[in-house]
Amino acid sequence: MVDMTRRQFFTVTGASLAGSSLALMGFSPSKALAEVREFKLTRATETRNTCPYCAVACGILMYGLGDGAKNAKASIIHIEGDPDHPVNRGTLCPKGAGLLDFVHSPSRLQYPEYRAGGSDQWQRIPWDEALDRIAKLMKEDRDANFVARTSEGLTVNRWLTTGMLAASASSNETGYITHKIARSLGFLVFDNQARV
Amino acid sequence: MTNHWVDIKNADIVLIIGGNAAEAHPCGFKWVTEAKAHNKARLIVVDPRFTRSASVADVYAPIRTGTDMVFLGGVISYLLAKDQIQHEYVKNYTDFTFIVREDFAFNEGLYSGYDAEKRSYDKTTWDYEIGADGYVKSDPTLAHPRCVYQLMKQHYARYTPEMVARVCGTPQEKFLQICEMIGSTATPTRAMTIMYALGWTQHSVGSQMIRHGAMVQLLLGNIGIAGGGMNALRGHSNIQGLTDLGLMSDLLTGYLTLPKEPEQSYDQYIAARAFKPLRPNQLSYWQNYDKFFVSLMKAWWGEAATAENHWGYDYLPKLDKLYDMLQAFELMHQGQMNGYICQGFNPLAAAPNKAKMNGALAKLKFLVIMDPLATETSEFWRNFGEHNEVDPAQIKTEVFRLPTSCFAEEEGALTNSSRWLQWHWKGAEPPGEARSDIDIMSGLFTRIRALYQSEGGALPDPIMKLSWPYAHPDTPTPAELAREYSGKALKDLADPKDATKITRKAGEQLAGFAELRNDGTTASGCWIFCGAWGPNGNLMARRDNSDPTGIGQTINWAFAWPANRRVLYNRASCDLDGKPFNGARALVSWNGTAWGGADIPDFKADEDPTHGMGPFIMNPEGVARFFARKNMAEGPFPEHYEPFETPLAKNPLSPNEPRALSNPAARVFADDRKAFGKAEEFPHAATTYRLTEHFHYWTKHVRLNAIIQPEQFVEIGDALGKELGISSGDTVKVSSNRGYIKAIAVVTKRLKVLEIEGKPLHHVGIPIHWGFKGLAKPGYLANTLTPVVGDGNSQTPEFKSFLVKVEKV
Repeated sequence: MVDMTRRQFFTVTGASLAGSSLALMGFSPSKALAEVREFKLTRATETRNTCPYCAVACGILMYGLGDGAKNAKASIIHIEGDPDHPVNRGTLCPKGAGLLDFVHSPSRLQYPEYRAGGSDQWQRIPWDEALDRIAKLMKEDRDANFVARTSEGLTVNRWLTTGMLAASASSNETGYITHKIARSLGFLVFDNQARV
Repeated sequence: MTNHWVDIKNADIVLIIGGNAAEAHPCGFKWVTEAKAHNKARLIVVDPRFTRSASVADVYAPIRTGTDMVFLGGVISYLLAKDQIQHEYVKNYTDFTFIVREDFAFNEGLYSGYDAEKRSYDKTTWDYEIGADGYVKSDPTLAHPRCVYQLMKQHYARYTPEMVARVCGTPQEKFLQICEMIGSTATPTRAMTIMYALGWTQHSVGSQMIRHGAMVQLLLGNIGIAGGGMNALRGHSNIQGLTDLGLMSDLLTGYLTLPKEPEQSYDQYIAARAFKPLRPNQLSYWQNYDKFFVSLMKAWWGEAATAENHWGYDYLPKLDKLYDMLQAFELMHQGQMNGYICQGFNPLAAAPNKAKMNGALAKLKFLVIMDPLATETSEFWRNFGEHNEVDPAQIKTEVFRLPTSCFAEEEGALTNSSRWLQWHWKGAEPPGEARSDIDIMSGLFTRIRALYQSEGGALPDPIMKLSWPYAHPDTPTPAELAREYSGKALKDLADPKDATKITRKAGEQLAGFAELRNDGTTASGCWIFCGAWGPNGNLMARRDNSDPTGIGQTINWAFAWPANRRVLYNRASCDLDGKPFNGARALVSWNGTAWGGADIPDFKADEDPTHGMGPFIMNPEGVARFFARKNMAEGPFPEHYEPFETPLAKNPLSPNEPRALSNPAARVFADDRKAFGKAEEFPHAATTYRLTEHFHYWTKHVRLNAIIQPEQFVEIGDALGKELGISSGDTVKVSSNRGYIKAIAVVTKRLKVLEIEGKPLHHVGIPIHWGFKGLAKPGYLANTLTPVVGDGNSQTPEFKSFLVKVEKV
C-alpha cells in the first residue's frame, strides 16, 4: 500500500474517506505531491457536532471550507461519523449519512415570509417587520384574553388563546429560553414533540 | 433510558417490543449486535411486523397491534406461577410486602371509584394501608391477602397463555418459549434489557404498557443493574432534553410541575410535592422540592423573586386542565384560539386526523412558523390537489414563516436517550437571512417587553421583571443560557455544619443540585442539569471516551443527568449489605464507609446500607412500586383495554363490562368519538411506522433520502393481497373513517394473518414519511387516517392501532 498512487487510493477507498482516517492509518499516498489538486478535506475545518435526527445522538465530524476569517463564509462540504464517539464509533445510518443534503436542502428557508389572510402566495418581508407585527399581534391577543382571576376569584394568570409547539430537535439552550419566555407570558397551551 | 446505549452490550437477553431499533436507531442497535457477539446475548423481538430487528432475532413473535398489555400480563402471570422472580430484590426493593387498603377493588376491568360520566376515577381507595405510626403497613411473610404480591397473583391469574393466543394472536408455544427466556434473568447474575419506542407510547394505554414492562423488569431484579433497565429509544435528537426542560403544558423544568388552579398558596403547592417518607429512614428526595423550585424562580425572575412574594409564585400560570396538543387543536377547531407558534414542529403532518387539523388551523387569526425547512403546516392554506384540497381564499389565517438555522449552524447541547448532554459546535453560517431559534424567541420577547413598557397592558410584571442578564438582549449566547440552567450561587454559601466556612462564593457556578437552597441564595434553571456547567467549566463538552472498567461507563464523556449518573437506581444492583449481585458487572458498592464504583451512586453517598434505606430514593416508600397508588389514570395495576378502533366487539378480559372495552379513563372529545370507525366497515388493523431511510417528515427534503426511498407505499400481507387481488406495485386506496390515502402496495410475507378470537385478522403497515412538500414524490400525509384519542396519562395519540379498509384502485 505504501506505493499506492493517489488515484489508486481513491479507487480502493472511495473519495469520502477523511483526512483524519488517513492519519490514523499512518500513511499518505506517496505520489500525491505531484498532483495539482489536494485532498479537499486537508484544507477543510473540522467541527464536532451531533446528528440531529434520532436520540442515539451519534457524534459527527463536519468539514467546512472557509478558514474562519471575517470575510470568508464557511460552507460544509462533508459530514461523517466521529470515530471517537463511544456510541456510534464512526458509523452513521442511512439518515445520518445524508446529513450534508439536509444542510444544503433546496427546501431550506432563506428569509422571513408573510402570507396574508385569503392570499394564495408568500411575500418576502424584513425581519424587523415580521417580529414587530408578531409581537403586536401577540400583545393584542394577550391583553384582550389574559385571565388574571377566575369567576370564583382564584388567581390564575394564564393566557389560553395563543399557544405554542416547541421543537424537540432544538438545543437545550433554545428549549430553556423558550420555556422561560412562554411561562412569563402565561402560556399553558404549550407542548413539544415528546407528546407525539 | 434508565441505562444507556453502550450498556446494552452487558445484557444477556434483549427484548425489543414496541420498537424497531435496527431500522429506527441503527447506530444504537449495534450494541445489541455487540451483546450477541460478545456476551452470548439472545434477542427477542415482538412486533406485528417481521421487522429488520426481527430478522436478526433469536426468537420473533407476532402480536396484534395494541395488545401488548395481554402479552406482558401473560409474562407476569408466568413468572409468578413459576416463581421465576428475584426474591431478595422484590422483597426488599419493591412494595411486594406492602398492604393495600381494604376498600380497594377491581371487577370486570374497572377499579373502585369509577365515574363513567367523567370518564375518570375517584382514586381515594388506590393506596396502601397506613399504620398509626404514619408508615405503610407491610407483611414480610407475603401471606396477607391484600399485600401487593397476593393482589398481583389474583390480578394476573386471568392472563393465561390461552388468553395471550386468543387476544394477541401469538402462538402459545412461541409465547412460552419467550417467557422461559425472560425468566432466565431472574437469577442475580443475568440481565435483560427492554428496548421500546413509539410502538408502546402511541396507544391509548401506552403509559400502562411501559409501566407493565417495568414491572416485568422489577420482578426479575433487572432495574438498576448493568445490562438491564427500561430503555426508551426516543425519536428526536433532543426530545429527552425538551422533556427534561419541561416544555409541556403542565411541567416546569426538571420534572417540577406547574401549580393547579386550587393551589392558591405557595405552601400548599410545596406541601403537595415534598413527599414525607412512608417508611422509616427513607431519603424521599422530593422533600427537597422547594430548593429546586426556589432556585428555578431565582433563575427566571432574579431580584423580583423574593421570600415576600413566595419567589414570584403568582407569576406562574395556574392549570385548570391539561392543554396538551390534542386539547389545543380541539380548542382551535372550536374557534377558541387566535394565535399559534410552531417552532420546528409540523403538526399538520404529526398530529392525528389531518382534516381536523386543517380545519383548526384555518380558524386561527395568526400562525407563526419557525423552521429550517418549508413544512406542510406552513402551507396548510395552499392547494396541493388531492394531497391538500383547500381553498386559500376561504382561509383567513395570517401566516408568518421565519427561517431558522439547523444543527450545523449553531452550538449548544442536546440530551440523548442515555440522558447525556452533549455539546456541539457551529460549522457554518445559516443560509440567507436565517436566524437561530434563540435569537428569534429573544427578538420577539424584547419587542413584547418594549410594548408593555410603553403601553402597559394585562399583568406586565412577569414579563417586565423576567431576568434577562444577557450581554446582548436580542442574542443571548448558548453558553450564557447553559450556565443559567446549570446554576450558580447568588450569595456566599456557608457550610450548613460550620457557618464560618464558605463552600461556594457568590457568582460561582454550582457543582451539583445538592448545593441548591430554598432561601433564594442559589439560582438554577433546571435542577437535574445542575453541574452540567460547573465550577470547572462545561462538562457537556468533555470528550474522554476511556472506559476503565470495560463495561462501557465512559463517565468522563459529556455529562449525564442527574449528577453525571449513567445508570439510574444503581444502588439496586447490590444486596442489602451493599455487595454487588453480579461482581462481574458491578456498577457501585459499599466499602464500609462510602459508596463508589464505576458509576455515580444513586444513593446517599455515606449511608450504611444496613440501616434500611431503600434504593428508590425519589419514592417516599424508598422502594419501587408494582402498585402505582394514585399515579396513573386507569388504575394501580395495568389492565388490558382494546384500542379505540378495535376489531373486537368485547374486551376478552372483561367481556361483561362494555365500559371496559377501551381505556375507560381516556379523554375523548365528542367530535372525535363520532369520527371513530367500526370493524364492519373498516376490517383491517392498521399501524403506522418509520423506515430506516427516512426521519419523520424531514428527510423527504433531503436529496439522498428522497432518492433511496422516493415514493409513498403501504405494506400488506400475502394473504390480504390474494384476497383483494392486489400485487406489489398496484396502487391501493387505504381509508379510515376520517379520510383516505392512495399509495403503492408492497405485498410481503412480513405481515402474517393472525387468528384473533377465532377469526383471521390482517394488518396494514403505513410508513409515515410522505407529504406535499419536499424532494420526494408528493404523497398523502399518513395522519389523514389516524384517530384523535390519546393515552389516558400522556395524551400521546393512538397512531399505532386503528381500523382501515384497503381497496385496489
